[in-house]
Amino acid sequence: MTQRTNEEWLSVLTRPGPGRDDALRDLRARLVRGLGYAMVDRPDVTAAHIEGFVQEALVKILDNLESFRGDSRFTTWAQKIAVHQAFDELRRKRWENVSLDELIEQYEGDFTPSVLDDPDPSPEQRVTQRTMLETVRRLINEELTERQRRAMRGVVLAGMSTAEVARRMDTNRNALYKLMHDARQRLKQRMEAEGISLEEALAAFEEERR
Amino acid sequence: MKTIESDRMKRLVRNILTTRPDEIGCEECLAQMDRFVEMELEGKDPAKAMPLVQDHLNRCRDCHEEFRALLTALRGLNDA
Repeated sequence: MTQRTNEEWLSVLTRPGPGRDDALRDLRARLVRGLGYAMVDRPDVTAAHIEGFVQEALVKILDNLESFRGDSRFTTWAQKIAVHQAFDELRRKRWENVSLDELIEQYEGDFTPSVLDDPDPSPEQRVTQRTMLETVRRLINEELTERQRRAMRGVVLAGMSTAEVARRMDTNRNALYKLMHDARQRLKQRMEAEGISLEEALAAFEEERR
Repeated sequence: MKTIESDRMKRLVRNILTTRPDEIGCEECLAQMDRFVEMELEGKDPAKAMPLVQDHLNRCRDCHEEFRALLTALRGLNDA
């Protein structure tokens, strides 16, 4: 592949002619190879899928050249768009025919986890965790809007992709993240208002060493 | 199954307790991800230079998945 600076990429891709065709061919080949590496542990993704993802990505790249900020190499930016395109489509396929309502039905009512089965080290820690979880469950039911609860059930408990929960709630991934961020902030404030020491609580929930 | 539920619930509690007011959303994380990944590949410390991106990656499965994939893609291309 011809080495090009960011400026050369932008200049050649915005001017019709043989130079543009060559650049597009180089870029397409690079994105295909890159996605090939990224999908190496995905046996469900074929070479034809990758070609399709890159084709869609190239359209977006060419449509959004002016949004390239120059913070990275142009090819890194383009690869990011190809990766995003690929995962967007793969998530859609992974969750197609899955109803959010049915998926979260099993979590309807509360956020009670089966924490008591946990082989956690100390009884004190277990008690703190149990108390904390009960508080969080209560606050989720008392403080959050139905929409916030729905988002959290889908993403956190049911494990669905944020993008796919968002699609089912007629919003987008960014807005859904912000919705859940607002929910977390509300819960954290309420916990503080109830006199819970966040440091102590967090210590009880430190990730177990593996 | 029960363990997975319990892990998710604990993760949620940690996520609540560590919530910060200045978190960035997926759009801003994606906008900065190319630079973040390049720093990682250059052996620099992107988590220190771009802590809000790192924070978002820790909280958002979708963005983290894309970050890992982009890193793998570029490592493969660089090594080839």
